[in-house]
This record gives sequence, structure tokens and C-alpha cells, in this order.
Amino acid sequence: MANKAKPANEMKLVFPALSANESFARAAVSSFVGLMNPKMDELIDIKTAVSEAVTNCIVHAYRDSSGNIELTAKIYPDRTVYIKIKDRGCGIEDIGQAMEPLYTTHPEEERSGLGFSVMESFCDDVKVTSKPGSGTTVTLRKKLGIKL
Amino acid sequence: MPVYMESEDDCVLTAKITGEIDHHSAKWLRADIDTAINDNKPRLLRLDFSGVTFMDSSGVGLVMGRNLNMKEIGGKVELVNMPPYIERVMSIAGMDKLTGTVFGKGGNQDGKQG
Repeated sequence: MANKAKPANEMKLVFPALSANESFARAAVSSFVGLMNPKMDELIDIKTAVSEAVTNCIVHAYRDSSGNIELTAKIYPDRTVYIKIKDRGCGIEDIGQAMEPLYTTHPEEERSGLGFSVMESFCDDVKVTSKPGSGTTVTLRKKLGIKL
Repeated sequence: MPVYMESEDDCVLTAKITGEIDHHSAKWLRADIDTAINDNKPRLLRLDFSGVTFMDSSGVGLVMGRNLNMKEIGGKVELVNMPPYIERVMSIAGMDKLTGTVFGKGGNQDGKQG
């Protein structure tokens, strides 16, 4: 996901893994990306993908611990948006399995197992790196259409 | 994140959901809707999404769970007034095929019929 150009704008947020912060993360990213005058659909896609990634940190990564979520967003001059959501939680043993549609470790909590499917369907690219015991980083990429 | 419950007659229970549906809000919605299902024992649970401003896959989990509860009492779930972005999230799940949930039209939009 190398992008050699210098970002036109960037921001970083660090917040504790509390479920109330799911809506905060969406609102913050929405305001930031909103500066680029995206289409409403694009903004909804990004908000939804961010919501899934942040929820994963809360429901899975910090299930048996507490800690911070780091969210970094960069916008490049070609209107490509990169959003990185990083935790230092439990990590994922098998990323391929975790990304399978409808795979969930918590059906009893009515987790649908669609978090990664939603991210993949609403973004141009989703990258996941993880190390059991150290944490997971999800990077979302989406290119915004021409300015309205 | 309030949900307004309305029992039209003995058979149909309508839950009009307002605000944002995410992992944080879904637990409250779930509790409110399940209480109403237990009280009313409807044949049809109609979930009205016209007042929903955001939904991620937690909303899919909410529908799947209510669908199971309705099946237990021999009933069905119908989804109405879904804005297009909500319908997109639902269709990633193949919600209609997966659960037998009915995608209702519900008046103000031309939603896909399941």
C-alpha cells in the first residue's frame, strides 16, 4: 500500500476501547474525510468500514483486556483515503478464517461475522496484519470520486 | 437510540428503530424488542428502519437474533423502509435468503423485494 506522494492532510486519534467510542470514531473520520467533499455514499461507506474495524478492536482484540485504539487517517492529493486502525490486543491466529463471511467466535452475542466482509465490500482494499499476543492493524483504502 | 414499539393487533408487532445501530446501541435495542416479543407473542415482527441514520453489521446480528426468537414462537420478521445503504449491508449477508426474512416495501421507497 505504498503511496509515495505526501499526504494532503492527515490526522491521528488515540482513544480507549470503549463501545461508546464506536460512534465517536465514525464521527471523527466523517468530519475529516468530509473536508474533501466526498459523495454521501462514499462517506457512508467509509463510516461503516471504520465502525466495523473499531468494533473488532473492542469485541475481539481487547475482549479480556483494556487498551487503546490508534486511528490514523491520510488523504492524498489524488483523493485516495487511507485509514489505519491499530490495536495492541490479543491478535488474530488465523486471519484467513477471521475474514471468512459469517465466521464469528461470538454467535451468542449476535455478532454476525460480517465485519471484514463489510469492510471489503465498502472499500477498495483492506489489509490486515496481526501477531497473536501483540495486536492487529487494519488498513482501509478508498479512492474518492471527483470533487462535486 | 430509542425504539418505538407498536402492536397493531394480536398478530403484528412493529418496532420503529431510530438513530444509529452499532455494537454499542444494539444491546439496548435487542433487550427492548425482545421484551415486546415476549409480551405480545406476535406472528409478525416488523422492523421499521425509516428512522435509522447509520447501521453496520451489528444490525445484521440484531435481525438474525430476532429472526431466531420469532422462529421459536412460529413467527416471521419483516424489514421495511430500509434506506439504500442499510439494504446494502443486509444484502452482503444475503439476509433474505439466509433467514427467510421478508424484505417489505413499506411505503416511501422502492426497496428490493426479497
